[in-house]
Amino acid sequence: MDNRMFMIARDDWSLHRKGEIDQERHKRKVKEAIRHNLADLVSEESIIMPQGDKVIKVPIRSLDEPKFRYNYQNEPQVGQGKGGTQVGDVIGQSGQGDAEGPGKGGHEAGDQPGEDYYEAELTIDELAELVFEDLQLPRLKPKAAPDMMIDDIRFDDVRRQGMMSNVDKRRTLFEAIKRQSLGGGITAMPHAAAAQSHWASPGEPATGAAGSATGPVTITGDDLRYKTWEDIRRPQSSAVVLAMMDTSGSMGAFEKYVARSFFFWMTRFLRTKYDNVQIRFLSHSTEAKEVDEDSFFTKGESGGTRCSSVYELALRILEADYPPGQHNAYVFHFSDGDNLDSDNPVTVRLANELLERVNMLGYGEIRQHVYGGKQLWEAMSSLTSPAFSRSILKEKEDVFKTLQAFFGEELAS
Amino acid sequence: MTPSEPEQLEQSVERLTGLALEHGLDFFPMRYQMCPPEVLYSIGAYGMPTRFSHWSFGKAYHRMKSEYDHGLSKIYELVINSDPCYAFLLDSNTLLQNKLIVAHVLGHSDFFKNNAMFAGTDRKMVDRMAIFADRMDRFGQEYGIDEVEKFLDAGMAIQEHVDPFFARSGRPGGFREMDGEVKDVIGYIAAQSRYLEEWQREILHMLRAEMLYFWPQMETKIMNEGWASYWHLKLVRELELSDSEIIEFSAMNSGVIQPSPGRINPYYLGLMMLRHIEKKEGLEALFEIRETESDVSFIRNYLTRELAEEMDLFVYKKDGQQYKVTDKSLEEIKDNLIRSRTNGGFPYLTVKDDDLHGRGELLLYNRYEGLELDRKYIERTLPMVHQLWGRTVHLRTVVEGKEKTYMYDGKQLA
Repeated sequence: MDNRMFMIARDDWSLHRKGEIDQERHKRKVKEAIRHNLADLVSEESIIMPQGDKVIKVPIRSLDEPKFRYNYQNEPQVGQGKGGTQVGDVIGQSGQGDAEGPGKGGHEAGDQPGEDYYEAELTIDELAELVFEDLQLPRLKPKAAPDMMIDDIRFDDVRRQGMMSNVDKRRTLFEAIKRQSLGGGITAMPHAAAAQSHWASPGEPATGAAGSATGPVTITGDDLRYKTWEDIRRPQSSAVVLAMMDTSGSMGAFEKYVARSFFFWMTRFLRTKYDNVQIRFLSHSTEAKEVDEDSFFTKGESGGTRCSSVYELALRILEADYPPGQHNAYVFHFSDGDNLDSDNPVTVRLANELLERVNMLGYGEIRQHVYGGKQLWEAMSSLTSPAFSRSILKEKEDVFKTLQAFFGEELAS
Repeated sequence: MTPSEPEQLEQSVERLTGLALEHGLDFFPMRYQMCPPEVLYSIGAYGMPTRFSHWSFGKAYHRMKSEYDHGLSKIYELVINSDPCYAFLLDSNTLLQNKLIVAHVLGHSDFFKNNAMFAGTDRKMVDRMAIFADRMDRFGQEYGIDEVEKFLDAGMAIQEHVDPFFARSGRPGGFREMDGEVKDVIGYIAAQSRYLEEWQREILHMLRAEMLYFWPQMETKIMNEGWASYWHLKLVRELELSDSEIIEFSAMNSGVIQPSPGRINPYYLGLMMLRHIEKKEGLEALFEIRETESDVSFIRNYLTRELAEEMDLFVYKKDGQQYKVTDKSLEEIKDNLIRSRTNGGFPYLTVKDDDLHGRGELLLYNRYEGLELDRKYIERTLPMVHQLWGRTVHLRTVVEGKEKTYMYDGKQLA
């Protein structure tokens, strides 16, 4: 057997990290692309109202390498069956993504052209993090609440004074070595050895071995370095948010969907960023009532519309449970604006009353078509308080715009 | 691996190598490398042990690795067209798996060495690509990593548009003109764009050289995989296997060559065709075919009605929300298969004019062969070409049966 015909090698591949590095670069680009697509994603139906932290697939076209390629969508292709396939047989259904061909189990390496987008996978939490990046409860005021709390501490500084339990061993040892080194005690500064040395408890930092090659290092009081920390205060959390939705008969599937998307993200956002925000859910047709979260997001109703009913209920709830001066209060109302004509002035008057005691009142009007009554919208335009914000939502993508308008840095007009 | 397995593998490789030689396979000296999954996936994603960095390779790496992590798919081996021929084996493979793979890659190595499409490929590409990677790093340091990446994005958008003719004939430099058109779009732009800096030209030349190296593999996927499958079956059957090994072998083998519903598995199609030919014309004929054919001519010359029926091949098309079988005739099956394999599966583009309107504008021409281009991709790719040419670029193709020219002038697409 000719020995040169083959050899088997077992190399050390531990430095072979290129794939990981380029993968990071790709991930950053995915994140950028997602950030650009947030408006679409926020209103994506598959995302709203799922349970748990399921992974969602996000189509991102811009992350697919551009190339001139065929469009196989409506072109004939060759397939293979298990036997006996006849002309006219149905061999598969096109998926939602439209790019899916039959029998594609998702594990093909993608050598076929015509796979026309890249799917990023991310959890709802990851998406939420991006959506919420710049959102906050606007006009939040520190209220005289006792429950201002420190959530966390962060060690981020090194000082010469501090508690023994917070001695920064590495820095201390480093100082000792530096001092001795400068004083001629030892000649080299053995970083590696210092990093590996073990250490006695901080209570007795008298001596320690910095590695056999370097000789003993003696630590004096001057060498001691302490870690110190900073309190991280989350935003003051005594706030109440009233989520109010029109569930009257004129609110069609689209309108309800849009309102619920907004509230889905709003509740998620508030619960992620704030510790103790209370959210209460009110729905109304001609009458308003408080409902539990579940029904708010799932149940539909019918009947006429009297928007004032929900503003009245909001006032009563704030009056009863949230004395001003102790709570930041927010009210968000979504409707299609199709209100009883005679009720518009009443609604505006009650909204004005609300504005005197809330940090913000946000009104979202979902209007798919340009036509249709604009009376409520126009009546609302008489509200001049800087705490009032309104937004028209014409398409699903406006949910994100409205989130930004209501929870953006500055109050949008 | 248990301690004795490396020796067992060594013995098996020796035996398989001997068997392959006895059967007349003519392969490059083999360099088998044992490696962990991450390494295999990165080589798979880059196509080479060392190649320049790009996010798209990271994307491919991520996809392969997560499919592996989720148990969706597994690469068992990778083999590189080089002399000596490098084959990478997963160190977590069982001994039997590695035996099968060794037999399989011996088939590939023989194919690389003998098939005419590979005649002009650079067998030292492993080293050359490593050098390219170094150059690319240097450019990154000098001109900025983001700048280089941006340029690579543009270059890679047209990297498939090469002309393998020159590489094959061994003639250096210049362009082959056919009816006044040049197929080597990337090479032409690298040489003729008045807009590029030297380092950018160099990148285009590197991309082109790499593509010319990969090109024959894209033209011979069905044959190459069929040939390797044919030989792994033949050679492993001649080993003395234990009962449990035979069962494992069958399971693994059927995993690789099983027909996938609705799709063409090149391993399976290639293998079936070769066996069919062997039955009719003998083993000698197979050796000849592996020397001379590419996928297109292989299908054209050797796909028979009998075989198409046996494999239950058909033509299907999207009809509303459904995929429906539209034809079972051999002609239609052949035509569609050939069409999808022509030019490596990429649209055929040429440079038709480099001074359109007398203003130095570039006109690319798509020879329409029955398949339309994807409009969304034209819109994204044409600006990339503009980035390379520096002036208005045009693409003439066929849309809905009529000739149509797209244009990008640096600002908008028309």
